[in-house]
Amino acid sequence: MKTFDYVRPASVSDAVAAATQPGAAFLAAGTNLLDLMKGGVTRPNRLVDITRLPGLDAIEPMPDGGLRIGALVRNADLAHDAEFARSFPAVAEALLSGASAQLRNAATVGGNLLQRTRCAYFYDTASACNKREPGSGCDARFGENRLHAVLGWSEACIATHPSDFAVPLVALNATVEIEGKTGRREVALEEFYRLPGDAPERESVLEPGDLIVAVRLAGEARGFATHARYLKVRERTSYAFAVVSAAAALRIEAGTIREARLALGGVAAKPWRARSAEKLLEGRVPDAAAFRRAAEAALADAKPSGDNQFKIELAQRVLVRALTLAAAGTPKRIPALPASPFSSPAGALHDA
Amino acid sequence: MNHSISLTVNGVRRDVELEDPRVMLLDVLRERLHLTGTKKGCDRGQCGACTILIDGRRINSCLALAVSHDGADILTIEGVARGDQLHPLQAAFIAHDGLQCGFCTPGQIMSAIGLINEGQAGDDPERIREAMSGNLCRCGAYSGITEAVLDVQQSLLQANQRRSA
Repeated sequence: MKTFDYVRPASVSDAVAAATQPGAAFLAAGTNLLDLMKGGVTRPNRLVDITRLPGLDAIEPMPDGGLRIGALVRNADLAHDAEFARSFPAVAEALLSGASAQLRNAATVGGNLLQRTRCAYFYDTASACNKREPGSGCDARFGENRLHAVLGWSEACIATHPSDFAVPLVALNATVEIEGKTGRREVALEEFYRLPGDAPERESVLEPGDLIVAVRLAGEARGFATHARYLKVRERTSYAFAVVSAAAALRIEAGTIREARLALGGVAAKPWRARSAEKLLEGRVPDAAAFRRAAEAALADAKPSGDNQFKIELAQRVLVRALTLAAAGTPKRIPALPASPFSSPAGALHDA
Repeated sequence: MNHSISLTVNGVRRDVELEDPRVMLLDVLRERLHLTGTKKGCDRGQCGACTILIDGRRINSCLALAVSHDGADILTIEGVARGDQLHPLQAAFIAHDGLQCGFCTPGQIMSAIGLINEGQAGDDPERIREAMSGNLCRCGAYSGITEAVLDVQQSLLQANQRRSA
């Protein structure tokens, strides 16, 4: 690991100022950043430790019935906050389907959103990667790429975004509060992430020094609480990133879908909101035919970036299953295997 | 630049001078404080062998920058027994053959203590397995590990029921 200066500012504005210089990085839990630094993938020359900054670790109710979640709230604490899990169950389920209990105890809300892709070529410093080293090429494009993007990718980069948390957040119109050199601003999470285009090293709208201070969910997003699920297909039962995942949230009145919110994970460089599919579901009876039509619309623009044609069909099936589960109703308690298609009744082992 | 940090480790205050900010808590424990019960497996947050408790919460000490944890209250495997009296989880791991080579065992036990502190899994074996998925065991002692955690969890639940009855 390259050495670095370590600073621990006392206020958010000091932190922003300290991180404005080139090569500076914010340190929260560091569960992804320190791993990247150990591998020489990221080589900051200064770490700005934000873990002691005041006021960033609260979950606060907002006047519109929404919630403001401080950037330093730990993933586990948010998922197990009873009021949060009741209001935004798909988000809690997504959080609990990610990483391990140890990592969820450490990892923060802001850090989760800013974690880097798990593309193996990004991690391997001997490989060409435009994201790690702009202009060097993309060894994933014609390499081992069955887990790579099928939507929104470019010749320069076919990596996917690894966060589970961000997927239902995008579906529920979450916003990100950012403190920067010119003050505070709020950006829709969907707009926060950038597609790779010809500059895959630029992953978000953040400018040097910009610090995520909170994530907001509006009161209207509570309207989906009774029909909201996150579903995630992994290559292991637990502790694995999504091959494909989906967040589905429905507002059902008198047996008809009034409003639908859908987003996919593991398919693009950002959580992929499926607005055309949402529109198709409005006013429809929640049944298999409607779900399949919506899923086809959601993937209409998908194309394989390599050996990953299967992800297009898989994503459609995951969406149909997520919609079916959401329509059946949010379970009272998050299943033993959160977000798993292999979840079984309480007390039974999935492989028994 | 030197950084001085002060930790409470297994109830004892330890002052450590760090000549370099790159040091992880795992390396402070093993190399500076000579508490080698906490193991270095993958060193990348993937295997759980380095699991310790900070303020009662389990974390991977290989991905915890020591200087950022100044003032932390740490529990390691060396601090869980009372003299010769094993922690109930240590005893249960022995009783249920929850180990073979033993390398992952300190991390497994610390993780299980953290799991019980969290209070989410109850006595559902599938929830226990899911909650222990951050600890790998290359010998494959998983069934014994699940039984050991389940055993302690059930004893605790029964004790709590007796107390509230």
